[in-house]
Amino acid sequence: MTDRGTWVDQALREHEEHAGPLSQEAEPGAARPGAAQPGAARPGAASDREQQVLDRIDRARRRRPRVREERITMSHGAGGKATRTLVEAVFLDAFRNPLLEPLEDSAQLHVNGGRVALTTDSYVVSPLFFPGGDIGDLAVNGTVNDLAVSGATPLYLSAGFILEEGFPVADLVGIVTSMKAAAEVAGVQVVTGDTKVVERGKADGCYINTAGVGVIEHDVSLGVANAQPGDAVIVSGPVGDHGVTIMLARGELDIEADITSDTAPLNGLIADLLAATPGVRALRDATRGGVATILNEVATAAGVGVLVNEDAIPVRTAVRGASELLGIDPMYVACEGRLVAVVDGGEAGKALAALRSHPLGADAAIIGHITADPPGLVLLNTAFGGTRIVDLLVGDPLPRIC
Amino acid sequence: MRFVDEFRSADKAHALAAKIAGLCEPGRQYKLMEVCGGHTHTIYKHGLEDYLPESITLVHGPGCPVCVIPMGRVDDAMALASQPDTIMTSFGDMMRVPGSQGSFFDAKAQGTDIRMVYSPLDSLKIARQNPDKRVVFMAIGFETTTPSTAMTVLRAAAEKLDNFSIFCNHVTIIPAIKAILDSPDLRLDGFIGPGHVSTVIGCRPYEFIARDYGKPVVVAGFEPLDILQSIYMLMVQLSEGRSEVENQYTRVVPWDGNLAALTAINQVMELRPYFEWRGLGFISHSAMRVRPEFAKYDAELLFEVPGVRVADPKACQCGEVLKGVLKPWECKVFGTACTPETPIGTCMVSPEGACAAYYNFGRMNRRRVVEVSIS
Repeated sequence: MTDRGTWVDQALREHEEHAGPLSQEAEPGAARPGAAQPGAARPGAASDREQQVLDRIDRARRRRPRVREERITMSHGAGGKATRTLVEAVFLDAFRNPLLEPLEDSAQLHVNGGRVALTTDSYVVSPLFFPGGDIGDLAVNGTVNDLAVSGATPLYLSAGFILEEGFPVADLVGIVTSMKAAAEVAGVQVVTGDTKVVERGKADGCYINTAGVGVIEHDVSLGVANAQPGDAVIVSGPVGDHGVTIMLARGELDIEADITSDTAPLNGLIADLLAATPGVRALRDATRGGVATILNEVATAAGVGVLVNEDAIPVRTAVRGASELLGIDPMYVACEGRLVAVVDGGEAGKALAALRSHPLGADAAIIGHITADPPGLVLLNTAFGGTRIVDLLVGDPLPRIC
Repeated sequence: MRFVDEFRSADKAHALAAKIAGLCEPGRQYKLMEVCGGHTHTIYKHGLEDYLPESITLVHGPGCPVCVIPMGRVDDAMALASQPDTIMTSFGDMMRVPGSQGSFFDAKAQGTDIRMVYSPLDSLKIARQNPDKRVVFMAIGFETTTPSTAMTVLRAAAEKLDNFSIFCNHVTIIPAIKAILDSPDLRLDGFIGPGHVSTVIGCRPYEFIARDYGKPVVVAGFEPLDILQSIYMLMVQLSEGRSEVENQYTRVVPWDGNLAALTAINQVMELRPYFEWRGLGFISHSAMRVRPEFAKYDAELLFEVPGVRVADPKACQCGEVLKGVLKPWECKVFGTACTPETPIGTCMVSPEGACAAYYNFGRMNRRRVVEVSIS
């Protein structure tokens, strides 16, 4: 087992090295609330001290990420902080190159004077079949979307299957039929593949990996680092449908609701958007970690603040109700057919109109905008009228969502 | 959405905030403690402090179920979970609470059979489905969750389900509030009383706070307007020089509590002479254990449990935070060595913990943010 003592000591040592003392710490207890004189005004010093602590935390968050765990936990796959740490500290550290480094949804390659996008994704969703789709739909749409949000026209996919001994052939045929139909809708072809079978108990029925290539024809360079103060933040429709559908489809919660997955190929919607305005700076499909994670990626990559209005975020009543019951925030719940767009503020109207004129973007909404201050933070104006931050997700409320 | 939006109306909040501000005596500072971690979560999640004048400070209390579980009990639970042919079941909150040898999540990653459940009845279901395994439920929480644990034991007994037991860590809120009132560190003006605990115990148990300590108590619901209204009710009492127990959460909390729930607890459990609370130390008569009549459902008796007291890491100031003496950000390791992904102390683990709430929702300079948010 992990020796907790050792890592606590290590964390504290690191803390001592990097944190540096707070200026007021020389006077013990100076700003302790208990020490405040009754009747005295709230000391201004406390706020300054709080700011120092916030700065110190900010420095700690910028430190090079390290995986502290000795073994992989479910959190490493949840799309939140632990995933990011794992990706940066293990994969990026090993493979580091300028094409990988932006950690966008797909890599942009220059081949013989043309621009090509390449991406890959694995699908381990449980259950395999759910209202609104199955693992086959996800395997095609997810990879198509990762290409499309880079501004690419998706063309070709690969499909790798890892099958568990005993898996019903009829189910496999059902999944492949869904993939075929999804590929036709998205206008892509599955042109190569692979099959592996593992012993019973070594996998959960069927896992799929797809990779995809597309060409980037528009003269665009999309990326979350491009966001600038004054830009508008748009979502293409109600958030959280897919994640809540999966959670309910597992049948562990005894909650029934009329919700289906939003899985869909976004390449048509994105083509319309890019044709309507040159003001699009970044696109992301809001999968694991949900809209909140993407907004944090924007804030971090571009060094800007993101301010969103809770009232403006479209969420279906059934999704909201289930989320309230389960104590989860729809902002963190996965979608499989929704995108977040960062668009030049002056072009936001045109972008919104383009999205709304497509069936997949009919409920698109401007949910907020980019600010200069505070850099690196996502702020939410709550429906109640307060303000709070929206951080990266910690832990894993919904494992194996896609 | 019905039953939600009406409790989050910004218009009503503005009206209440104006009334609260009008009740503040110039130059006077008010410190109100929200006892329950659920309230702390609501306050941060909805940005409720933006409505309060600077002279009112909310102090976060000890009512966070996983925050008060000491290291030694986590280690005991890990020892239970690693017994052969055993399935440990636990609420999700508990999964990341650090013991001296890591958390349930760490143990799970190493192959220990630990399963997350939403209700103790789910553990019972697992016990029925796995007759060749011994299923243990990690029972934690205040009076809010104690009745459901008690009912589960009663059901197991009725079904004669002998492969099910509980590791009982249920605590009671009143001794903790008394410990805070007796602590010299803190001067409080009033209490926002725990709503869900009160659905079970009612409002009467708080009367000593008003009578003997002269502090007003308002039992509050968990929507942001509930809390704002309870602050208003406390301010009215303070401005009139009263100290009484009032019930803001009348739609759920009966004055005398829930007799059926109290009976079930009393049937299955009894008070322990003393129990260790993380950061607060040993508090007498502050926790429950399984009665001898139900001994065969008591994991502490069925299994070999180390039962060793394990000291918190020295740098951890959870105790001071739980007592409200320190604000989360005033802890030395807050946000640097201790973060939600690698918590040293429990207050950083649960969504109801004050440190986690501040880190996840409130980690910003309010004055600077106010300028941005209205831009």
